[in-house]
Amino acid sequence: MKELIELALDAADQAGAEYADIRIVERETESLAVKNGVLGSASTDRTAGFGVRVLLNGAWGFAGSAQLERAEVTQITREAVAIARASSMVQREPIVLDGTPAVVGSYHTPYLEDPMTVSIDDKLKILLEADAAMGRVAGVKVRQGQIESARERKTFASSEGAHLEQELVEAGGGIEVSAASASEMQQRSYPASLGGQHVTGGFEAIRALDLPGHGQRIAEEAVALLDAPDCPSGDMTVIIDSSQMALQVHESCGHPIELDRVLGMEASFAGTSFLTLDKLGALQYGSELVNIDADATIPGGLGTFGFDDEGVPAQNVPIVSAGLFVGYLTNRETAPIIGRQSMGSSRASGWNVIPIIRMTNVNLRPGAAGSLEDLIADTANGLFLSTNHSWSIDDRRLNFQFGTQIAWLIRNGRLTQMVKNPIYTGITPEFWGRCDAICGPQEWQLWGVPNCGKGEPMQTHRVGHGAAPARFHEVRVGVGQ
Amino acid sequence: MTGGAAWDRPALEALLATALGLVDTGEAEAIFTSRDAALTRFANSRIHQNVAEHDATLRMRVMRDGRTGVATTNRLDADGLRELVGRANEICLRATANPDSSPLADPLAATYPEGLGYAEATAHADPTMRASGARSVIAAGAPAGLEVSGAFSTEASTLAIANSHGLWNSHAATQSKLLTVMIGGGGASGYAQASGSDVRTIDATAVGEEAAEKASRGVDAIGLEPGEYPVVLEEYAVAALLEYLSAMGFSALAVDEGRSFMELGQQIMGENVTIWDDGLDPRGMPAAIDFEGVPKQRVDLITDGVACAVVHDTATAVRAGTTSTGHGHPAPNVWGPTAWNLFMAPGSRSKDSMLAGIERGIWVTRFHYVNIVHAKRGILTGMTKDGTFLIEDGRIVRPIRNLRFTQSIPEAFSRIEGIGSETRLVAPEYSGIFARVPALQIGRFAFTGATSNEGAA
Repeated sequence: MKELIELALDAADQAGAEYADIRIVERETESLAVKNGVLGSASTDRTAGFGVRVLLNGAWGFAGSAQLERAEVTQITREAVAIARASSMVQREPIVLDGTPAVVGSYHTPYLEDPMTVSIDDKLKILLEADAAMGRVAGVKVRQGQIESARERKTFASSEGAHLEQELVEAGGGIEVSAASASEMQQRSYPASLGGQHVTGGFEAIRALDLPGHGQRIAEEAVALLDAPDCPSGDMTVIIDSSQMALQVHESCGHPIELDRVLGMEASFAGTSFLTLDKLGALQYGSELVNIDADATIPGGLGTFGFDDEGVPAQNVPIVSAGLFVGYLTNRETAPIIGRQSMGSSRASGWNVIPIIRMTNVNLRPGAAGSLEDLIADTANGLFLSTNHSWSIDDRRLNFQFGTQIAWLIRNGRLTQMVKNPIYTGITPEFWGRCDAICGPQEWQLWGVPNCGKGEPMQTHRVGHGAAPARFHEVRVGVGQ
Repeated sequence: MTGGAAWDRPALEALLATALGLVDTGEAEAIFTSRDAALTRFANSRIHQNVAEHDATLRMRVMRDGRTGVATTNRLDADGLRELVGRANEICLRATANPDSSPLADPLAATYPEGLGYAEATAHADPTMRASGARSVIAAGAPAGLEVSGAFSTEASTLAIANSHGLWNSHAATQSKLLTVMIGGGGASGYAQASGSDVRTIDATAVGEEAAEKASRGVDAIGLEPGEYPVVLEEYAVAALLEYLSAMGFSALAVDEGRSFMELGQQIMGENVTIWDDGLDPRGMPAAIDFEGVPKQRVDLITDGVACAVVHDTATAVRAGTTSTGHGHPAPNVWGPTAWNLFMAPGSRSKDSMLAGIERGIWVTRFHYVNIVHAKRGILTGMTKDGTFLIEDGRIVRPIRNLRFTQSIPEAFSRIEGIGSETRLVAPEYSGIFARVPALQIGRFAFTGATSNEGAA
């Protein structure tokens, strides 16, 4: 491997590149899905390759290949150089990287039980027991469950002298059930939708979910939802559960703080951001209760690592402090534009694509509202929303609309009527400004989002969000009914 | 170029035969996919990302005694193949039996015109060509002082499938796509895209001029109260709706599982709506076979507003007592088939005549971040983007700030008052679903929210 790295970096240097790096990545995944009592699919995937990135005449070029051989490394480096030359045909100011020191080091995800070596029998047993629990409820239409495991080994080396070895281990799993009538279909998931919970870490995280122990409950809820009344319309106090808060943070904070998006680099795909440079340190993003950080160091997060894909060490940086917007996600190219050094959020989803600014773990810090039970008891009238169903936000990350799988009316501090098809909508800073309570550390959970899409070609990446249930007043609910 | 370029037909036949030969008992399927793709991305009127990737993978499905094991690799030498088959065998050994598992497809040779959906010019496009295209687009936005962003991509891919029933099918294809978003003062923006198998059909200057014209008209947008309005939807907006109609309900599995709006045999849209899927039509983005090796068939999904049929893979076809229509993902899977190549029948109206028929309404260029609210009711939500205008007395009178819609699409498609005479091939943003569609005039469309002016430039 050392020989291939030197070959690429030497070839880039000889071609006149100011900077070059190479990432060699091998990713193995194992996926099991049980559907309606039988094994729906079982697979192991392995992909390996390398990507070479060069900065030539102040312009980027990148090429990647699956063929880890000497001649191919040389050819791919030449291709990256040719691409950089083409980039310089349409250039304004030359790209200048920040002064992050080159690091030599390594990182391994800590875990107790390697998810890639847990037997298929063990995993299937969990999924089949959960399936049976869901199947005990009359009226259920479709039952599904999945467990995924991954191991990624990557080596990064740069012309500045960085050399990093990392091994990231991931585990994920969840169950979902649907019930249908002639005119209605309802779903419930555990512990969250979008495939459940995902972590960096060991299989102990999946065992702790106790998927079989929650199968019957979500099945009963899905069936009950068929005959539940629709969510009321109007402005209400809402309490949002922690998994939905994770999606709320993701869409209305995580994406708009990506500095490349702020600078217009994502304008042609998912849009720009309302958090323009003049807002840094000046905009009251939310109420004084709102504290958000980006923490790539926290154990277990899907955005946890040792070093980003530009070789910058993982960090924890403040994003929103007492409601004030104070920080962006940056990389080595964009950080100097705001007079800072990269905070280490440059990530590539695979060997075949370039690193771009991605969320790490963007977390809403816990508050002082105690347990969820305490918060509900403290709410006279409102709505408790749980488990994401749909999401949409405008191209500057202002107007959002979320649907959740289920909600309950709150009356005099107690959950009462279950309601179906709940939707809530708002404008980002107005919404966060109406946050008047956040549950405490005992309700705070770090969620993994395994399907965050960004960039062209689109990279689907794995990011994390910690959140506790939170309460917001005067939120518009029941849209479009 | 080491992805697909290294694999001609004899090499592919040998590779798949070798892989299948390593499976000593039971049935097996081998799927080869390769991708040589490049993309030049520009923003703030300069190229800021410029990439190429070359990959080739082999996926093995091994079936024995009702059990199935699947493995993939992109290491395609002899050792890689042995390791691949070993992993697939191991999974198969440990899997539980599934009596409903997808059977292997029967050997049915795909017949399609040589070169369908493939252009050498696209396969051999170089970064200088893409940079020149980007420069032409940027130049079109320069006179109006617009910040120009976009992406110009070219790709060559090969799909080849063989199984132990004797099936062997393959298809090599190319795709190219150029899109741009131009942003002017006050946040006014415009959009255009062009796509096709042959990159030579893309006129970069025309793409740039279309977006620039739209952005120039978007200055000083006003807010408009949400509500139900008559609309004219440009082809980009219509294609996004069809993309999600497919995701919600054009699959046999979605109908089986009670989550589709498709009530087969029922009138679910207006009599003027006809939608079909056809992977072999060169006016779309052709794909001759699916990921089970089954040749693509045309499927008439909605004819004169009546839900006629849904697409099948081998698993749903077996359950329904029919044959696959060639819309399968790699099997087995839990998500079912997909209609990837959509067409909507044109009408007879010009966009100007649609506009003339509206007293007060909204012109929508495209939708952004569309998502499913309620699949069975066909309800979607999303935002307008890059050119939303107020129509009064048959004329576009001024730009308006982006609006959020929450609308049942089958209901909206029951209120279509005009269908454009021209169609346009639109590439998807998120899925692999291409759609050739006309513009539409719809009597009522529900807008449920509006964006804020916060942060406008």
